[in-house]
Amino acid sequence: MSSPLRRDDVAHVAKLARLTLSSAELDMFTEQLGQVLEHANDMSSLNLEGVKPTAHPFELLNVVRADEIRASLDRDEVLAMAPDAQDGRFAVPRIMGEAP
Amino acid sequence: MTLPGEWEMVIGLEVHTELQTATKMFCGCANHFGSEPNTNVCPVCLGLPGSLPVLNERAVELAMAIGMALHCTIAPSTFHRKNYFYPDMPKDFQISQYDLPINKGGFLDLPDASRVSIERAHLEEDTGKSTHLGGTGRIHGAERSLVDYNRSGVPLVEIVSGPDIRSAAQARAYASELRGILIATGASDGRMEEGSMRIDANVSVRKAGEPFGTRCEIKNLNSLRSLVRAIDFEARRQIELIEGGGVVRQETRHWDENLGATSTMRTKEEAEDYRYFREPDLVDLAPDDAWQQRVRDGLPKMPAERRALLSARLTSSTEAQFDAVEVVIDLNLETYVHAALDAGVDPALALARAANELAGDIDNLGHLSSEGFCATLLMEQRGDLSATQAKTVLGEQLAHGGDPASIAASLGFERLSSESLEGTVATLIEQFPDEWARYREGDEKLAQFFIGQVMKVTKGQANGKLVVEQLQARR
Repeated sequence: MSSPLRRDDVAHVAKLARLTLSSAELDMFTEQLGQVLEHANDMSSLNLEGVKPTAHPFELLNVVRADEIRASLDRDEVLAMAPDAQDGRFAVPRIMGEAP
Repeated sequence: MTLPGEWEMVIGLEVHTELQTATKMFCGCANHFGSEPNTNVCPVCLGLPGSLPVLNERAVELAMAIGMALHCTIAPSTFHRKNYFYPDMPKDFQISQYDLPINKGGFLDLPDASRVSIERAHLEEDTGKSTHLGGTGRIHGAERSLVDYNRSGVPLVEIVSGPDIRSAAQARAYASELRGILIATGASDGRMEEGSMRIDANVSVRKAGEPFGTRCEIKNLNSLRSLVRAIDFEARRQIELIEGGGVVRQETRHWDENLGATSTMRTKEEAEDYRYFREPDLVDLAPDDAWQQRVRDGLPKMPAERRALLSARLTSSTEAQFDAVEVVIDLNLETYVHAALDAGVDPALALARAANELAGDIDNLGHLSSEGFCATLLMEQRGDLSATQAKTVLGEQLAHGGDPASIAASLGFERLSSESLEGTVATLIEQFPDEWARYREGDEKLAQFFIGQVMKVTKGQANGKLVVEQLQARR
């Protein structure tokens, strides 16, 4: 099987994740992530007909909590964790454009 | 708006509604609009490391109620992470339902008898709210944004219609009917101006009978008026583009209410790559029959059924009565109207007093019993109170409560004896011989003149209808 992952794929994913990778790092991660994917691809050789996709190891359904208010955090404490705050809000560099 | 040539609009709407739960979707912080910024926050809705989401039972039930009201199938569903970077989403992903929504495949019938299909209605969490400060901000030269996470994690249901809508007016009717359903189920307060119901419109155009054209998604529609204006603008833009030899590009566009125009949003192509994957911290959701039945049993009547029940009791179908029915349904005033009709009040009178006097003082309804409403209207109908007096007695009950008969008595609203009214009318006829002659010759407008004069003499205590009877008797 040919390598499942191209260098461009890694560059694209890195960009989506806001990671800046050097050329050498791109090569390294293409190699390493490729191996991980190849390992996952091993499963393609198995006959999985009738096997349900598993997202969770537990047979749990409908885990919910009652709609009851619990105490929130103290605002001063919360804002103290942030690099910057103003008017009771978190201050961040100006956002260009709208949310996707 | 009519489109040129054989052009036709194809519209699908995505309606986001915040759910009226006590707490957020995945944590126990209060779901409350208007709190001081960042006072309803905790490690879960701030996306702090190690925090774990737990699904709100009430949010699930409200989502099911919406689905049931829209004739959807309640299906086994899962949650996904939608990944993107934006400061109002502190986890850098939004938890949403993706390929398996809780509600799928329903429909909504509109008052004009058209049907719009519902593709899905799924659960997701809302984002925080950012305020952008420009270069003229408090600190000179500062260009920053401020974020309040009170809304982060508030439960939402997104209702996606099929591409079945063919005009801006139908889109408006759909949004309005859906809003009524959301209010009836208790899922939402329907307040578009507070952002608790938000609409995105997918708009394309085609020549009738041709396949769908390329669509554009319009965001930032904060009122039904914006919805109508934006759709009309966008359809015309696309037609002009195509007729000028251009091609519509699939994109997200922003509606500017002041400019009355849509424009391309500055989002990168790659922003659309959300890398959805299963939310590993939440298990599957599959409400069993018993749970579904409990929700179904708790469903109230929907606006369409309530409208039909009320309309069936009307004696005529005038535009004014139709409009009044809409107001009465929208504001949930039918208990009063049905009680009045049961008591023998004329439907036109019951509707008018509900749609005007009650609707105009909706916050004080708690002071007015249906009995008080009925008794007042019956007094008006019998002629014990004039219309103006009846409105005053209703207003007094709305403001302070109390019994209508005692209120009328305390305000001196005694019914004028017919003898005294007769005397007044006779005097006025002598006083205005020319007007009386014209009335006798058939000029009905003069009846209003005499009513006015009687009111002046009696300080508004007379009943207009009885005055007309007197006038007619002497004609």
